[in-house]
Amino acid sequence: MKTEYLAGSYSVFDIAGPVMVGPSSSHTAGAARLGKMARVLAHNSVRSVVFQLYGSFAKTYKGHGTDKALLAGILGFDPWDERLRDSFRIAGESGVDYSFQPMEGSAGEGTGWESVHPNTVRFLITTHGGEKFDVVGCSIGGGKVRIVGLNGISVQFTGESPILVTRHLDSPGIIASIASLLYQSRLNIGNMRVSRKRHSDTADMYLEIDGSVPKSIVEQIQELPGMLSVVLLQPEE
Amino acid sequence: MESTNYEKGENVMAEFWMSEILKGCVEKGMSLGEYILASECENTGQTREQALDRMSQMLDVMEQSARGGLENPVFSNSGLTGGCAHQYHGYIQKGQSILGPVLADAVQMALSCSEVNAAMGKIVACPTAGSCGIVPAAVLAVGKYRGNSREEMVQALFTASGVGMVIGEHATLAGADGGCQAECGAAAAMAAAAAVRLLGGDDEQAVHGAAMALKNLLGLVCDPVCGLVEIPCIKRNAVSVSVALTAADMACAGVRSYIPFDEVVTAMYAIGKALPQQLRETGQGGLAATKTGMEMYQRIYGQDYGAM
Repeated sequence: MKTEYLAGSYSVFDIAGPVMVGPSSSHTAGAARLGKMARVLAHNSVRSVVFQLYGSFAKTYKGHGTDKALLAGILGFDPWDERLRDSFRIAGESGVDYSFQPMEGSAGEGTGWESVHPNTVRFLITTHGGEKFDVVGCSIGGGKVRIVGLNGISVQFTGESPILVTRHLDSPGIIASIASLLYQSRLNIGNMRVSRKRHSDTADMYLEIDGSVPKSIVEQIQELPGMLSVVLLQPEE
Repeated sequence: MESTNYEKGENVMAEFWMSEILKGCVEKGMSLGEYILASECENTGQTREQALDRMSQMLDVMEQSARGGLENPVFSNSGLTGGCAHQYHGYIQKGQSILGPVLADAVQMALSCSEVNAAMGKIVACPTAGSCGIVPAAVLAVGKYRGNSREEMVQALFTASGVGMVIGEHATLAGADGGCQAECGAAAAMAAAAAVRLLGGDDEQAVHGAAMALKNLLGLVCDPVCGLVEIPCIKRNAVSVSVALTAADMACAGVRSYIPFDEVVTAMYAIGKALPQQLRETGQGGLAATKTGMEMYQRIYGQDYGAM
């Protein structure tokens, strides 16, 4: 496309912006963003959460308010929401249990993701229905974040393209049905990971989609026989 | 002498230099601020009104954070810092400041924004949270003094953004990459350009102002005590806006930077790359490694500084 004006890699509002609650884009704003993503992945239903903190998060979380920001995200607050600094009190009032565990070393072992950034948090979430979710995310600088682990699957969600996360019965045909629904909307799957849980005969699947996914597709996937849950994570506006 | 080439490699928009943008402005007969606004709309699909409105919202948050720490003291989340903006505000009120009304006003607002940031208040990262006080302080202090309209202040923020975009493109805006010169230095360059426009200078003068501001913060290291955005960040915001307004004032008098802005940006990146890791936001050198800095570390984290 021929453009009339010179443009750089940054938007004006990357430079004059974003609006955020301080003090640190990576340790506060990024942490809140990760918390909110984890909440969405857990169907917006968090009864309790354990935050395991790694690297710089483990060392400096109190000073930067990373703990308050992570919890605020879990409560559904955005990085610019001033309620962020009161998240401990608000979580207490809304009956969300939480604890913080600074961890030693790397977060990689036995969790299904390969390399881990110094600012890493693992969310161990239990929903109101008693379902468990295990989400690992990194704050990679300037408030940008990446989800790298999801229920033991290694993923790469940066908020740039949408991802679909399903939990379904581990039986033949389900994955083909999902793929066929996506194909009907001419949606391409950019990346795909599956992890099976033998003890419960269920599988968790992660799909990265090129292009925007309409809500109707999510509903149709939800209706598939053997489908337990579907979450669509959209890029942020 | 051998020169070391620190030019940024891949993914850089090769033409996005200030000298090229200014040529484009002349060709199109538009100001730098208008050009950056038009480029933003072309690239993001926002309408002019949407982009102006969004910048106006940024200015709203800037105003709130620039005042938030003045009437009452605010204290940081860590408990290490706070109350400086309030203290200085009282001193100005008593007529004791030697700086003159504009600079003193700018200094108190820069302190306020940075303290509000450290206290987990709402700010505009401009370009970063650590340097969030500099551009608001310059725009609001000069704007108030000169009686600029809100539209003019919004326009000046687009001028400032253009300066920041070029620095981000060809150097860096992250303390972890380039030291404090990349954050407070970049912010001061942006602030100087905005101030020149609000004072009635033209775009060329604005860019000279930006160059002079950045030149005078080259080499500034990022050495935060306890790794937190407090010491020395808060006061560096105050002093960086002083540098910005000094540069802007000189530029309005017709003083030019002998080294062109784009070359200052290249130099800033080379200097940043040459800085040792301890002085790039690791909290392991400079002021962070002083006796007092280490004691603060012990107090905040309950473990020896050496253990980090």
